[in-house]
Amino acid sequence: MERVIQLEKVNKWYDDFHVLKDIDLNVQKGQKIVVCGPSGSGKSTMIRCINRLEAHQKGQIVVHGTELTNDLKNIDMIRKNVGMVFQQFNLFPHLSVIDNISLAPIWVKKMPKKEAEDIAMSYLEKVKIPEQAQKFPGQLSGGQQQRVAIARSLAMNPDIMLFDEPTSALDPEMIKEVLDVMIQLAEEGMTMLVVTHEMGFAKTVADQMIFMDEGKIVEQATPDEFFNNPKSDRTKLFLSQILNH
Amino acid sequence: MTAFSNQSLMRNKYYSWIIKNLFSSWVNSLMTVVAIIFIYEVGTFFLNWAIFGADFRTNFRGELITDRTLCSKNISPGEFGACWAIIYARWDQFMYGFYPIEQVWRVNFVYVLLPLAIIGILFDKLPFRKYFIYFTFIYPFLAYFMLYGGPGLSVVGTNKWGGLLVTLFLGVTGIGLAFPLSIVLALGRRSKMPIVKSLCVVFIEFIRGVPLITLLFTANVMLPLFLPDGVNPDNLLRALVAVTLFQSAYMAEAIRGGLQAIPRGQIEAAQSLGLNYWQTTRKIILPQALKIAIPPIVNTCIGLFKDTSLVLIIGLFDLLGIGRAALADMTWTKLYYEVYVFISLVFFIFCFGMSRYSLYLEKKLKTDNS
Repeated sequence: MERVIQLEKVNKWYDDFHVLKDIDLNVQKGQKIVVCGPSGSGKSTMIRCINRLEAHQKGQIVVHGTELTNDLKNIDMIRKNVGMVFQQFNLFPHLSVIDNISLAPIWVKKMPKKEAEDIAMSYLEKVKIPEQAQKFPGQLSGGQQQRVAIARSLAMNPDIMLFDEPTSALDPEMIKEVLDVMIQLAEEGMTMLVVTHEMGFAKTVADQMIFMDEGKIVEQATPDEFFNNPKSDRTKLFLSQILNH
Repeated sequence: MTAFSNQSLMRNKYYSWIIKNLFSSWVNSLMTVVAIIFIYEVGTFFLNWAIFGADFRTNFRGELITDRTLCSKNISPGEFGACWAIIYARWDQFMYGFYPIEQVWRVNFVYVLLPLAIIGILFDKLPFRKYFIYFTFIYPFLAYFMLYGGPGLSVVGTNKWGGLLVTLFLGVTGIGLAFPLSIVLALGRRSKMPIVKSLCVVFIEFIRGVPLITLLFTANVMLPLFLPDGVNPDNLLRALVAVTLFQSAYMAEAIRGGLQAIPRGQIEAAQSLGLNYWQTTRKIILPQALKIAIPPIVNTCIGLFKDTSLVLIIGLFDLLGIGRAALADMTWTKLYYEVYVFISLVFFIFCFGMSRYSLYLEKKLKTDNS
């Protein structure tokens, strides 16, 4: 198996606050990893370090054999291959849906406009909202916006996708349409690192579950073991809270 | 029948609006009456002075007014109306300064094309907008060539420029040059590079901490010191430098406000897609930030346009300077009201236009889905 992401003894501080403590993580090509944990546990920070939206201070992060340092060339290269979907969608409100998606292919990949728009349309069809192409993000529902955001990331043809609580800002009835797209993506073999509390989704797609608390990886296991036979008390407590609400 | 009932319905609407807003209580009614009397008195007085009782080219005896002694109010004690003849007599100076009269067609040419040069920037849904924008970039060179002269056109030195020409030249060019500079300053002020950042902060704070008059004096006296020997920029250029720097500092702060309003997530999304700093800035940040910053930007533009009249203290004859020169002329002296009301009116037209445009934009942006 090809190793695509490797974190070794990664540490990060916000001033005095130690957010990530000696994080070790390996992701193989095609693996789907679901990260969960209480808020403030560092799970978002960890995946944001992988495409350098946050910088780590100690340890090593290697993506596709390229180490993340302050070298902008490396950062650019990694970002082109790593897509990210945010909790708040972060669509560009001044651009139409199709422009949102074709922007990066045109400017980063220097693709002709026509070709980029064709690609954008094909991804819009994939997330099942091609009819919204000419609208602006403000005219769409939350679920639709998040699907556009996924299409926008996919249009860069990344081989790793990071999801940072993609359904946390959505109304309950819209969560399914977004998860369906993510499940489809998982079935196609995309390497995915997903921060989420959607345990049903985790059971369906995850190869590995990671539980984080206070900046540390407390437990890493297959979903079967994680849900049925968790090792640490902290995990048990968390699962009992999240599954019984 | 329906038309009639519609009409009475409309009338009812007016009545109820009037009752509700103007005569809802005794105090309200009293204030309404007082306000109406006040507006009527001031309004009729002003209209009588400015229009009905005023002399335009001729006095009440029908003679052409060629100097102030022929104004009606200076002939008969019963007359008090304005004597607009001074504006007619000095019209060319108000519009062109001391530009050679046989060459003023060049200035008119530039005036006429000015709206075409800015219309493309002002309205984003204009048909053929692309071509208007092209023209916007050609216009400054065309205007400079037409005004100053060059191959095929006689040279008219800027010391001959004056009146509205100087006011518009400083206002429009100052704003036009300050705009790109202010974007650079605003971005620089938020830069992570400490030297760039401190340079921008020092520049902006220094300029904002100094009155424009001081800058004008400084530019007038000090600019030649920074330039090589023999290069002696004329007064207008010195004033333009001062005005541009001044405006860019204020505009930069307005734009910075817009930049701060852009959520961090926008930058992160752009970065995660692989856009570099300049692509993110140009495609994502600035279009949104400038939109937000339009009202404060227009505000500084209105301020600057009026402040251009300060150049009269370094010996330039803008609209106000020409007006004061006209008043200093023994033929026309003492017609203060006419001159100042006229100048106010000209400034008002431009500033009110800018203000309305800003309002229009605010409304448009509010209804925009983007």
